[in-house]
Amino acid sequence: MHRKITVKTITLLMLLLTFTAFASEGEGKGDMKTEIKEYIEHHLQDSHDFNLMASTDEETGEVHHYGFPLPVILVDDGLQVFMSSKFHHGETIAESNGNYYKLYHGKIYKTDAEGTLTYDPEHPKHPSNVRPLDLSITKSVVMMLVTGLLLIWLFRSLAKSYAKNGSIPKGIGRFFEPIVLYIRDDIAIANIGEKKYKRYMPFLLTVFFFVWFLNMFGLTPLGVNVTGNIAVTAALAVIVFLLTNFTGTKDYWKHIFDPLGDGMPWFGKAIIYIILIPIEILGLFIKPFALMIRLYANMTAGHVVLMSLIGLIFIFKSWVGGPLSFGLSFAISLIEVFVALLQAYIFTMLSALYFGFASEEHDHDHEHVEAH
Amino acid sequence: MEKLINDFSFGLFIWQIVLFLLLLLLLRKFAWKPILKAVEDRETGIKTALDSAENAKREMENLQADNQKLLQDARLEREAMLKEARELKNKMIEDAKDEASSQANKIIEQAQAAIASEKQAAISDLKAQVANLSVEIAEKVVKDELSNKDKQLKLVESMLDDAKLN
Repeated sequence: MHRKITVKTITLLMLLLTFTAFASEGEGKGDMKTEIKEYIEHHLQDSHDFNLMASTDEETGEVHHYGFPLPVILVDDGLQVFMSSKFHHGETIAESNGNYYKLYHGKIYKTDAEGTLTYDPEHPKHPSNVRPLDLSITKSVVMMLVTGLLLIWLFRSLAKSYAKNGSIPKGIGRFFEPIVLYIRDDIAIANIGEKKYKRYMPFLLTVFFFVWFLNMFGLTPLGVNVTGNIAVTAALAVIVFLLTNFTGTKDYWKHIFDPLGDGMPWFGKAIIYIILIPIEILGLFIKPFALMIRLYANMTAGHVVLMSLIGLIFIFKSWVGGPLSFGLSFAISLIEVFVALLQAYIFTMLSALYFGFASEEHDHDHEHVEAH
Repeated sequence: MEKLINDFSFGLFIWQIVLFLLLLLLLRKFAWKPILKAVEDRETGIKTALDSAENAKREMENLQADNQKLLQDARLEREAMLKEARELKNKMIEDAKDEASSQANKIIEQAQAAIASEKQAAISDLKAQVANLSVEIAEKVVKDELSNKDKQLKLVESMLDDAKLN
């Protein structure tokens, strides 16, 4: 289902891009197009400021940014902590304890006092300056904190409302309780089994609501793209990977290193296992890798499509193109609301499925029957 | 791909892992455990309530069946009692009739016997009186007859004659 939608959105995007290319040909709007492209790219990336809006003064050409700076934390000669306002949105070099840093395309490089960037001739786009480990509270980190606090507040109040109202949820909990029950009954119990699902419930619930809320925040005009950031999805995938393999039962590991069981003599198995075991081991990593890429790609694609469609309004600047782009972006927004829920569901569902593999034990009966 | 790797923010990765694990622990302690426990408690509560309702229903049915059985028994007993009573009544009437007739017969017999004995007594009394009367009459006749000698002789003779003839 989600693939279908992604395919649809991508085809739609391609159609629109060719359309745009056609429409803008000969009108000399190449500048606007590259500007929009850069804007989208910029939006997809994490940022060291919480920017809400930027406007250019027509007379002086000065760019005004509206928003607030965030703390920058760098691991370089100990911790270097300063506010991102020191960078002036990449225009100036920040100094901290005698070290100089430059913000270039969303990344912080260590420079000299003049802020010179040296370039590797092989990669002319990326400066070869040292990049210190950047533990800044970026826009994404702020949104994760906000989402985390929101989740704690929401579900703490739901938990409390049970005690107050005699196990009947009240208020917003009435909306969230069925979702919690759905995750328990149709995701956890269905994939992991009645016996062991309880162990994984906190993770499944947290990951579902965390991803869902962040996906939804991505659709707000705040313009955050947390779940469309590969570092975020990678972190989630790593946690799934660790949870799966650290809770794996004997049967789970037996399935990987001895998938054929006792049904075959060892010399027969040895030949097959030369191929089979590497595939199984590769599978261990491919599963969370697919989780990471799926969420990242879906959310990024959604943002790209949506922002491209909004950008079309500025390219067309006509009575036909404007409303058309608006209508299309509105429709895509609605689909994105659905995709936000769907991707959270799929992430949770597949995590539960992998946990189910890891905690399976029913194969004993199977082998028992075969032995007789 | 190269861009993707270049854009990978290791700091954000670390933040995400730390914050997510923290969130997981906090939510597990303060939200998921109490929520799941409350929901489970409620479900078991509903289940036991349903079970007890089912039990009550079954008990009610049993009770009703018992009542039905009791009623049936009572009806049968009443029928039996009525039947017995009717039989008893008939028997009593029958007995009474028998008794009465036998009593009547007895009385009649006694009466008859009494009548017979009375009659006998009366007859014997009559006989005695008739005998006395006839003796008296005979005495008187004899006195009259035997007042003269001739007549006496004549009588003896006639009697003798009679005797001879016999």
